[in-house]
Amino acid sequence: MQCKPREPKDAPVDIDSKRPLRHPAVVRLTHWIHAISFIALVLSGVAILLAYPRLHWGETGTYGSPSFIDLPLPFVLDLPLRGPGRHIHFLAAWVALFAGLVYVFSGLWTRRLRHELLPRISDLRFRTLRTVISNHIHFKRPEEEEFWTYNALQKTSYLAVVFFLLPFMFLTGLAMSPAVTSVFPSIVNLLGGHQTARTLHFFAAVLLVSFLILHVGLVAISGFARRCRAMITGYSFRKGAHE
Amino acid sequence: MSEKISRRKIITAGLATAAGVSGLAAKIADRYGLLAPDSGRVFGAGEALTYGAQRLLMSHHSMAREFNRSEMSRQTTVNHEHPDDDDYEGFLERHFSDWRLVVEGLVARPSSFSLEDLKGMPSRSQITMLTCEEGWSFIAEWIGVPLAHVLSLVFPNSGAKWVVFYPFDDFWGSIDMPEALHPQTLLSYGMNGKDLSPDHGAPIRLRIPRQLGYKNLKFLNRISVTDDIKKIGDGNGSAAPEIGYSWYAGI
Repeated sequence: MQCKPREPKDAPVDIDSKRPLRHPAVVRLTHWIHAISFIALVLSGVAILLAYPRLHWGETGTYGSPSFIDLPLPFVLDLPLRGPGRHIHFLAAWVALFAGLVYVFSGLWTRRLRHELLPRISDLRFRTLRTVISNHIHFKRPEEEEFWTYNALQKTSYLAVVFFLLPFMFLTGLAMSPAVTSVFPSIVNLLGGHQTARTLHFFAAVLLVSFLILHVGLVAISGFARRCRAMITGYSFRKGAHE
Repeated sequence: MSEKISRRKIITAGLATAAGVSGLAAKIADRYGLLAPDSGRVFGAGEALTYGAQRLLMSHHSMAREFNRSEMSRQTTVNHEHPDDDDYEGFLERHFSDWRLVVEGLVARPSSFSLEDLKGMPSRSQITMLTCEEGWSFIAEWIGVPLAHVLSLVFPNSGAKWVVFYPFDDFWGSIDMPEALHPQTLLSYGMNGKDLSPDHGAPIRLRIPRQLGYKNLKFLNRISVTDDIKKIGDGNGSAAPEIGYSWYAGI
């Protein structure tokens, strides 16, 4: 460090606060592992779905029985997609599970989840919420301070993904396993049947893909390079701070 | 600089430890029958985890769900039809009256049984779901003799670990001994109150409701007991891995 940072007169600032840590290593690592495994799960999921792109409600459903929804997709049975698709799907699910457990338990242990993601009373005030929602609707570029914290919409959507949608994907996925349901039949019985589980698995996946699109879109309008750099290196400069 | 080297050292040490631990885990898993035959393949790690975890979870008493008569499906989809070779067609014309199921391998008393022999044995009837890996499923009633009973008649060697099935077509397969001895694992000869139709697997279909449809091998002709699955075929335990599917189908 040859050049000494110029410090403001009123507050002495150490070097670290010029490039503070935005995301700790465990968050960055599990974030990118999840990014890769999620894309693998979606692509392989589509490969599996294309064998029979019809959704049923209840226990059973097959050719000639009424469907809940006929997806506007072709039946692809002849291409060798499903075999590799299934291998990739289940391997990626294991990877996502391990990364997810590391993320959640480290977040609970360090109280990071509570600190960063649990909405505060102040987040939930009507005026704050109104501003946040209106900013989102108008695709307003966020202020500098918003880079360092999460707003109420971010907090609730992240919590919903981590603690509801992803566990629900695992639950509906496991409900389709005849071996797992031989040990825990209630998983599939409570969901309302094997085909219902498959249908719910599909719709939860659609919600997660929508989340991904929104997430990447919002990162893009709020400074893609800077936010990606922060999620890779962990650090970012403080904009508007002394240079 | 020194920080970088130490980080690299940590990562290298971490990876080496991970490799060592997984190698050791694989040895232990194999020792306790928790390693799928095809877990050495490209996506083998996933197979090893799934099979190992489910084998640990499941017991002799965990039963595939059974249903009421009112829940039986109208449609019973057939995925691949019966073999059209002369051999099979001949038996079919003679209603398998001169056919015998051969049971051999690592057993004290290799035997063969006619269809009438099998139908005369203690039977089990169960209304269960057949789930195809493609996504569709149906519920039907199957009747058959528990595989455990047939095995008890040939006295498998205590080291026997796998039961291998050879059908009239070349879609052979195998299951592990815990699955073979499970009460719901049937050599099924009847479905929905009738003899098994050719397309549903006549003369005998392996009915194994804790696994997906493709594991429920049809048109069975010969059964062999072994202690070393690696020596059979290409060592992956069934024909399924050759066409991209996993040996274990409990998902």
